[in-house]
Amino acid sequence: MKHILLRDLDIPDIWQFDTYIANGGYEGLKKAIQEHSPKEVIQIVLDSNLRGRGGAGFPAGRKWSFIPQDVPVKYVTVNADESEPGTFKDRQLLEKNPHQVIEGAMIAAYAIQATAVYIYCRGEFWDLAHRLEERIEEARRANLVGEDVLGSGWTCDMHVHLGAGAYICGEESALLNSLQGLLGQPRVRPPFPAQVGGGLYYHPTVVNNVETLSNVPWILVNGADAYKQIGTPQSPGPKIFCMSGHVAKPGNYELPLGTTFRELIYEHAGGIRNGKGLKAILPSGASGPVLVATDKVLDTPLTYEDVAALGSTLGSASIILLDEDTDMVWAAAKMTHFFKHESCGKCTPCREGTYWLDRIYERLMRGEGTQHDLDMLTVVPKQMAPVTLCALGEFAANPVLSTVTQFREEYERYIRRAEAEHPELAETMRTVTRGTTGEIPEAVAEGGL
Amino acid sequence: MAVLADKYADRIEKIFAKYPDKRSGIMDLLYLAQEEYGWLSEDALREVAALCDVDPTQAQSIAGFYTMFSEKPKGKYWLQVCTDLPCALRGADQFYRDLCEYLDVEDGGTTEDGLFTVEQVMCLAACDRAPMLQCNFHYHENLDMDTIKALIEQWRAQAQHDIAEPGD
Ligand SMILES: Cc1cc2nc3c(=O)[nH]c(=O)nc-3n(C[C@H](O)[C@H](O)[C@H](O)COP(=O)(O)O)c2cc1C
Ligand code: SF4
Ligand code: FES
Repeated sequence: MKHILLRDLDIPDIWQFDTYIANGGYEGLKKAIQEHSPKEVIQIVLDSNLRGRGGAGFPAGRKWSFIPQDVPVKYVTVNADESEPGTFKDRQLLEKNPHQVIEGAMIAAYAIQATAVYIYCRGEFWDLAHRLEERIEEARRANLVGEDVLGSGWTCDMHVHLGAGAYICGEESALLNSLQGLLGQPRVRPPFPAQVGGGLYYHPTVVNNVETLSNVPWILVNGADAYKQIGTPQSPGPKIFCMSGHVAKPGNYELPLGTTFRELIYEHAGGIRNGKGLKAILPSGASGPVLVATDKVLDTPLTYEDVAALGSTLGSASIILLDEDTDMVWAAAKMTHFFKHESCGKCTPCREGTYWLDRIYERLMRGEGTQHDLDMLTVVPKQMAPVTLCALGEFAANPVLSTVTQFREEYERYIRRAEAEHPELAETMRTVTRGTTGEIPEAVAEGGL
Repeated sequence: MAVLADKYADRIEKIFAKYPDKRSGIMDLLYLAQEEYGWLSEDALREVAALCDVDPTQAQSIAGFYTMFSEKPKGKYWLQVCTDLPCALRGADQFYRDLCEYLDVEDGGTTEDGLFTVEQVMCLAACDRAPMLQCNFHYHENLDMDTIKALIEQWRAQAQHDIAEPGD
């Protein structure tokens, strides 16, 4: 299969401007500007039903259509913060297919008549971001970016902004704050980024993921109907699946949405490392519920709707495989530690909740966890998730709840061992109110445990 | 004190040219200050704050918010090893312990000669090439103890060279 997104796999030099041009590069942008009005471009992307690849799966064309037409300043912001554990696709796109990203962003910018584009790269993409600036300069010299783009009278420059190591800056409103030189914490919404008052410098702004925009040049050249031939009606198009963990051949795989877990894992990614059995799958990095690797799950097509029907999320399709020997309590501890570290601290339930959860897992790992701790692991996430300002609170709850419910036996083993080795712990616990009513016991709320 | 403004006038101008608001330049300027001084002291933060017209306490809170800014001096080589779940599933925890032992440092510590600081960090979008680390913002991937030992020797030699021929 020829790649649509990871074109570097077919044409290794495609990062070079001349090679990109020789292989149809910037034809999508030319077609957009020379043959279509901005409104028509939005309609084409709407018709293609391209869905956002940054996690939420929101239709890109609809997002663009929310931007008011009669305001003088508008922005496109490319989300290249890529920090979800297990995700490394945007990096390959930016490193190996940079002009495609630039072209996609310029088409989006034309569609909403943006005045500037900012690419927000995570700070660790330091080298990459500096090379990306050179690629933008090449496009600028060819009149594809900047003043009077392709003689159309429309001016739109493009800049790279470097983050500095904070997962939360991938959340779109935190990203905008960070770009403005404010603390990188989420904003209260509404107003949403597309609205006056909600975007970059409070002007209407489209925020799209790198991979989302990488689809756009192809759609402009080949049309919405051709795009819908790939994938399923509700989840059309190609998708990059990031395979990590106990997989035999880790890496990025571009396949149509609707490919089954089984085909992806066993036919493309080489199955499980060392010929082991597969125990569990994290389909969306650390932030979605874990799936037990049953036949039913393996035969499920990788689409937004089908993975949701399993009780998880496709997210950005960062698929972490866990083999039969994996300690699920340890895995949940790792993910919880991540969310505790990355909680931005703006709202209390997330700041405190992730802190408690992390402490409970530390106790479990030290071999000092009690039955009470296990009870708390079902109570705290449920209290935290629904009342947080951004989705991180929900993300943090997912690995905990989904492992406690599906791998309870593993947690109980930890506790039996701890209680056998530390009888005094079991004794103390009997005197503490059990958290069975859904209330956080006072002793815990006061930090007494 | 205007070391940055004098020494890097061009770069600073380019940074500000990207944005309609000077304040947006603060992260780039913090990087610049860190590059110049090695870390972000209170003086450095004040200098950056003055450049982009913000209060020094705001520069400080931004510096403290992100893991790539350092408000304490670090070793000449700042090694940030990813031990997040996907890397840990491919041996990153053991790799980190072995590295600490080899350099004879505690988790988060700096070697006695001041050359190396080691830290654990969260996912760096290189999970398919674990174990990996970032050294002064450059990635080194698919590591094992043999490859990292060779790199450490290179860095030590480089440091020797830098002492012998400063400013080279
Ligand atoms: C905590 C958190 C972290 C996120 N991190 C990223 C990220 O690294 N990259 C990304 O594209 N979207 C990320 N998102 C989703 C963005 O908020 C936003 O939905 C996305 O950039 C929209 O682009 P899309 O519609 O093209 O997917 C994150 C969301 C949350 C709540
Ligand atoms: S939910 Fe967590 S990450 Fe999101 S705003 Fe609240 S404290 Fe910050
Ligand atoms: S988990 Fe280490 S780079 Fe992603």
